[in-house]
Amino acid sequence: MTEVRVEGLTKAYGPAKALDEVTLTFPDGGFFGLLGPSGSGKTTLLRAIAGFVTPDTGRIWLGDQAVERVPVEDREIGMVFQSYALFPNMTVAENVAFGLEVRRIPGPDRTRRVVEALDLVQLGGYGGRKPSELSGGQRQRVAMARAIVTRPRVLLLDEPLSALDRALRVDMQIELKRIQREVGITTIFVTHDQEEALTLSDRIGILRDGRLVREGTPRAVYDDPQDAFTARFLGEANVLTGLPEAGGLRLADGTLLPGVTTPAIALRPEALAFAVPPPDTPHRLQARLAQRIFSGATGTLVLDWQGQRLKLTASERDLLDLPAEGSPLWLHWPAAAALALRDAG
Amino acid sequence: MTRAERIRALGLLAPAYLWLTVAVFLPLSAMAFFSLLTEVPFGEREWSFTIANYTEVFGNPVYATLLWKSLKLGFWVTFWCLVLGFPCAWILARMLKGRSREVLFLLVILPFWSNALVRIFSWAIVLRGNGVLDRAVNAVLPWDVNINLMFSEPAIIIGLVHSYLPYVILTTYLSLQAIDETLIEAARSLGARWPRILWRLVLPLALPGLIAGAVLVFVPVVGSFMEPRLLGGRFGTTYGTLIEDQFVAVFNWPLGAALSFILLAVVLVILAAASPALRKAAT
Ligand SMILES: Nc1ncnc2c1ncn2[C@@H]1O[C@H](COP(=O)(O)OP(=O)(O)OP(=O)(O)O)[C@@H](O)[C@H]1O
Ligand SMILES: [Mg+2]
Repeated sequence: MTEVRVEGLTKAYGPAKALDEVTLTFPDGGFFGLLGPSGSGKTTLLRAIAGFVTPDTGRIWLGDQAVERVPVEDREIGMVFQSYALFPNMTVAENVAFGLEVRRIPGPDRTRRVVEALDLVQLGGYGGRKPSELSGGQRQRVAMARAIVTRPRVLLLDEPLSALDRALRVDMQIELKRIQREVGITTIFVTHDQEEALTLSDRIGILRDGRLVREGTPRAVYDDPQDAFTARFLGEANVLTGLPEAGGLRLADGTLLPGVTTPAIALRPEALAFAVPPPDTPHRLQARLAQRIFSGATGTLVLDWQGQRLKLTASERDLLDLPAEGSPLWLHWPAAAALALRDAG
Repeated sequence: MTRAERIRALGLLAPAYLWLTVAVFLPLSAMAFFSLLTEVPFGEREWSFTIANYTEVFGNPVYATLLWKSLKLGFWVTFWCLVLGFPCAWILARMLKGRSREVLFLLVILPFWSNALVRIFSWAIVLRGNGVLDRAVNAVLPWDVNINLMFSEPAIIIGLVHSYLPYVILTTYLSLQAIDETLIEAARSLGARWPRILWRLVLPLALPGLIAGAVLVFVPVVGSFMEPRLLGGRFGTTYGTLIEDQFVAVFNWPLGAALSFILLAVVLVILAAASPALRKAAT
C-alpha cells in the first residue's frame, strides 16, 4: 500500500504557472478528490504524478520511492481517462490483460486475474466483446478493470465520469466507490463536479490558478470554507461583506451582526430561513423577494439585498405561504450558520 | 424504400453508374472483344473470332515465367514501400508539427508531380557505374568499390519504390493520424514500452492504411513497364513490357489484350484470396 506525496511541485508553461508550489499528501488507500475551476492545474498535477508531465521543481513520492526521474512505464500506476482510451483492436479481455501481458504474468494466472477484475466491475460475460460493442458505462468499467488488474500503487482518474449522462453518472459514482473500497488502492480523482467530489472523496483538495487553496475532509471544508473562493466553489454560498467593528460585522445597510470578527461571512442557501414579520434575532437581514424557482423537491428563492442576489433553498413544503414577488422579506439564520471568511473573494 | 425514394436514389446514383460505364465497362469490353480476335479489325485484313490468343499464352511457359517474375517484382516493391513508408508516415503523423511537416509532405508528394521519364533518368544517373552513388560511396569509403546497379533487378525495384512510395505514406499517414494519443498514454501507464506499443497497438491500428497502400502499389507495379525497361535493360523484360510490346512494337493487339486480361484475372484472384485475411485485419 502506498501513500502518495507531492512536495513543492511547480510547472510553468511560459509565464503562466499550471502548478505553483503544490504540497499535498494523498493518504494510503484513500479516495482523494481534486477540485478546481477549469485551467486550475488539476490535470497537470495528475499527469505529473503519472509521469506524463515533468515538473520544473518539486518532488513526487510513491510510497517511499521518489519518482521524478522514473519514466511512466516504471511507475506502476493505473490510469483512467475521460475518453476511456480502450484499445479498439483488442477485445475487452485483451484490454484488461494488456498490463499483465506487459508484466509477463503466465497464461493461467493472467486469465484468472482478468476474470476476477471483470467480475469486480460486473462485466463477467463481456470478455469477448470489442469496446465498440459496449455502452459508455460499460466502457468505463472496462477502463477501471484494466487499470486495477495490475494492482498499481496509485489509481489516477481524470474526470472519468464526465462523458456519461447524469443518471448513469450517479450509478457509476456508487460503483466507483465500491470498487475502490474493495481493492483499497490509493486513488486520486479529478472532477469538475463538486457534488461528485463531496460524495466520493475521503479527502478533497481545491486548486486555483495552480495553487492548492484548501485540503481536508469534504465535511470540514464544506462546513468551514475559510475563504470566499472555497465557499462559492464548494456548494453555493451567499457571501456578505462589511466592516468589522468592536460589536461585530457592520453590513452595508447598517445591520450589525454580533459575534463576527472577520470582514466577511458565508451563508449556505439551505441555512437561511425567511419570515414576513421581523424575526426576534440579531442574525437577520431585510431583503426583497425577486424570484421563486421551482426545481422538484426543493425550491429556491432569489432575493435582492442591497443590489446583491441572495439565494435561499428549502423544501417545497416550506415555501407555500410566500408574499408576492417584489415584497420585502426577512432572512434569518442561527448564529452558527454564519461561516467566517478571511476574505471577501 | 418507397417507390419515390427508389427513383430518387436511382437519380443520385446515375452519374456514378454512367461514369463506371464510360470509364471502366466500355474500355474493358473493347479489350475483351479484341482479345478474342485474330487480327485488329481496323486494317484491310480479314479477321475472325478465336481463342487462340489465350491458348498461346497458356501453352507457352515463357509467359508464365514472366508473369511470375512480375508478381515477385510486385511483392518486393510493395514490401519495401511498406518498410520505408511506415516510418515516414509515423514521423509525419506523430513527430512533426507545422512548417516542418508541410515541407516533408511536399517532399513526399514531389515524385507525383515530376515527370516519370525525368524521374527514371535521374535514377539512371545515380545508379550507373561511375555515377552519383558510385562516386559518393567511393568518396567515403577508404577502399575501392565498384557500384553499378544500372540494368539490374535492384535498379528496377529502386525506381518503382520511389514512384509508388507516396501512396503507402499517404494512406498510412491517414490511419496513424487517426490514432488517439491517449491510447498510447494508456498503454504506457500500463507499463508498455515502444516495441510492444508499436506491435500490439500502432501497427494493428495502422493496418487498414498499410493494406490500402499495399494494394495501390502492388496492382500497378505488376503491370509496370517503363521502369523495368529503362532501369532494367537486359533484365527488364517483364510481363508489363511484354504487354506494352504487343501494343506499340509488334502491333499484336489481340495478344496484348489477352495478356492484359489474364493479368487482371490473376491480380483479382490474389486480392480475393487475401481479402478474408485483409478484412479481418482491417476491423
Ligand atoms: N501542454 C501544455 N502547454 C501549454 N499550457 C498548458 C499545457 N497543459 C496545460 N497548460 C495550461 O496549464 C493550465 C492548467 O491546465 P490543466 O489542464 O491542468 O487544467 P485543469 O484544471 O485540468 O482544467 P480542466 O478542468 O479544464 O480540465 C491551463 O492554463 C493550461 O492552459
Ligand atoms: Mg483537466
